[in-house]
Amino acid sequence: MLEYVLRFLIGGFVVSAFAVLGDILRPKSFAGLFGAAPSIALATLLITLLQMGAGYVALEARSMIIGAVALGVYSWTVCVLLKKFMLPSLAATIAACAVWFAVAFGIFRLAGLR
Amino acid sequence: MMMVRINLSALRQTRWHEYAIRFGLGGVMTVTAGVIASVFGPVVGGLFLAFPSIFPASATMIEKHVRERKEKAGLQGARRGKEVAALDATGAVLGSYGLAAFAIMIWALIEKAQLWAFAFASVAWIVVSALAWFARRKLRAHARLHV
Repeated sequence: MLEYVLRFLIGGFVVSAFAVLGDILRPKSFAGLFGAAPSIALATLLITLLQMGAGYVALEARSMIIGAVALGVYSWTVCVLLKKFMLPSLAATIAACAVWFAVAFGIFRLAGLR
Repeated sequence: MMMVRINLSALRQTRWHEYAIRFGLGGVMTVTAGVIASVFGPVVGGLFLAFPSIFPASATMIEKHVRERKEKAGLQGARRGKEVAALDATGAVLGSYGLAAFAIMIWALIEKAQLWAFAFASVAWIVVSALAWFARRKLRAHARLHV
C-alpha cells in the first residue's frame, strides 16, 4: 500500500512540475514539448529500478520506445481533429486515445515483443 | 524572430482545482502504470509510460483559458482556443521524438550505469525535443520565403 501511495505522490509531483513548465513557456508550440515530457516514465522507472533492478527497467524502456511513437501519432491526430474538424479539445484528445492504442499495440504485435 | 520566453502571469490563469486535477491524474497514471506492469509484465507495462494521461486535461485547460481571455476582451474565442490547443499538440508531436530518445538511452544504458542512464536520458529528451522544434521553425520560415 505504501508503495502505491509513494507512486501517487511522486507521479503527481513530477507530472505537475512539467505541466507548470508547459504553462509558463511561450510560444505555445514550444510549451507543447512538455506535453510529451517523460514525467510518468521518470517517476515509474526510478521506483522500479529500486524495486526490481536494471534488467526490468530495460524491458520497460524498450517498450516505451513504441509508446513514444504512438504518442507522436496520437498528438498529430489531436492536432488534425482540432484544426480540421474543429472538435472540442476534450473530445479530440479522448477520441485520439483509440489511435494511441492501435499504434502502440499494432507495433507491439508486429515487433513480436514478449 | 520569436524566441522561447517565460510568461509567469500564465500561472495566475490556472485555478487551484486545475493544479489538483493534473496532480491527481499524474498520480493515478503512475500508479496505473505500476499496476499494469505487475499484472501484464514489464514489456506491456512499458508501453504505458508514454500514454497521454494528462493530455486531455491540459488541452481542455488551454482551450478554456484562451477562450475566456478572448471573450473577456469582447472577442469570439472558441476558434482561437482550439487553434492554441492544436499548437500545443504540435509541440507534443515534436516532444515525442525526445521521449523516444529518452527511452532509447534508458534501454541502452541502464544495465551499464544506472544513475547516469537517467541523466543522459533526460538530456537526450530536452536536446532532441528542442532541436526538433527549432528545425520545424526553420523549415516553416524557409517554406514561407519560397512560396
